[in-house]
Amino acid sequence: MKIAFTSSGTTWESIIDPRFGRTEYIVIFDEESQELSAVDNSSVKNEAHGAGTATSQRVFELSPDVLITGNGPGDNASTALKHLKMKILVNAHDLTLRQAYEKYKNGELKEV
Amino acid sequence: MTSQKPLKIAIASGKGGTGKTTLSTNLAAFIAEQQEVVLVDLDVEEPNSGLFLNGEMIHEEFNYKMTPQWDESKCTVCGICRKVCNFHAIIQLGPSILVFPELCHSCYACSELCTVDALPMVPKKTGILKEFSSGNLHFIESRLDIGEEQAVPTIAKTKKYAIGKFPDAQFTLFDSPPGTSCPMMEVIKDVDFVILVTEPTPFGLHDLSLAVETIRAYKKPCGVVINRYGIGNNDVIEYCQNENIPILAKIANSREIAELYSSGKLIYRTIPEVKVALNEILDYCLNNVEGGNK
Repeated sequence: MKIAFTSSGTTWESIIDPRFGRTEYIVIFDEESQELSAVDNSSVKNEAHGAGTATSQRVFELSPDVLITGNGPGDNASTALKHLKMKILVNAHDLTLRQAYEKYKNGELKEV
Repeated sequence: MTSQKPLKIAIASGKGGTGKTTLSTNLAAFIAEQQEVVLVDLDVEEPNSGLFLNGEMIHEEFNYKMTPQWDESKCTVCGICRKVCNFHAIIQLGPSILVFPELCHSCYACSELCTVDALPMVPKKTGILKEFSSGNLHFIESRLDIGEEQAVPTIAKTKKYAIGKFPDAQFTLFDSPPGTSCPMMEVIKDVDFVILVTEPTPFGLHDLSLAVETIRAYKKPCGVVINRYGIGNNDVIEYCQNENIPILAKIANSREIAELYSSGKLIYRTIPEVKVALNEILDYCLNNVEGGNK
């Protein structure tokens, strides 16, 4: 399974970015290879509109099985993400990636 | 009133809730007592001038914008469309192209650059324009549909409609949306004069100075009307003096005005001081504003 996090940094100790469209990074944890990698998403800062669809495109290309985020995607991003067979878990804000991952493993995160 | 070239006047503010609509509707009705006037509500996200005017609706039409519609049968999924879209209104998820019409700015890039014509532009309804008439007063408003994000094209279209229909009206008043972003700029960019309504508070002054900066970028003359005069402090007056901006009128802070407004009434008909203020504003415009700008 590939797990994607919206994150304010690039490590396990980084805090989850509560925003989907405007998240600073998308961090991917590949459970098979146990590898953690980060994709810089800060280019959306310059976008007045369309951050949600732009980030959705990026997430699609990373093709994770699970997305862990905070507030949850907005309307446009939700429409886009519906086309992906991906589990979306929310309310992970204020947690580090490591804590969020543990909560996910324990089934303690809310699915949308 | 002396006759001269048609005057196009925007009524704007930095801060919201300072009294743009109060001034627009009262000034329009006051002018209409003597001559023809056109009032155009360009606050298309929440038009409310119409609440104060009882007219007969004489025209209505839908507003549209052009957006691409994906034709799956023609598409080769080359991805050019999403790469050229600066607004992320098109994304490509595997073999599917997804269009987000609300994000589309109708630039046609995707449609024109598609090599197989898989993204023809089709009209999408974005709202409705209405025209009302009551004696000398012609009132035009546009209202965006819920969920529509872009006010600018609707504002541009509504202005064009109003000016096209009443090119010779001595007064055309544009009730602007608040703020200093694109919608406000679309309203003021080709008017002859901008009336800025403010309140004498630090917040009012802060946003007034932003609005003045914006107007100066367009090299438009402006004047200030201080509403709710008597609250706050004298900083707005000082600012206007330092910046050489004429203060056209002051309207006192009054519970009676608020009550009349809340019940949808025109305040100048009940409160003589407001009528005096409107007269001052009108006098200033007639004597100092040069009309005929395009």
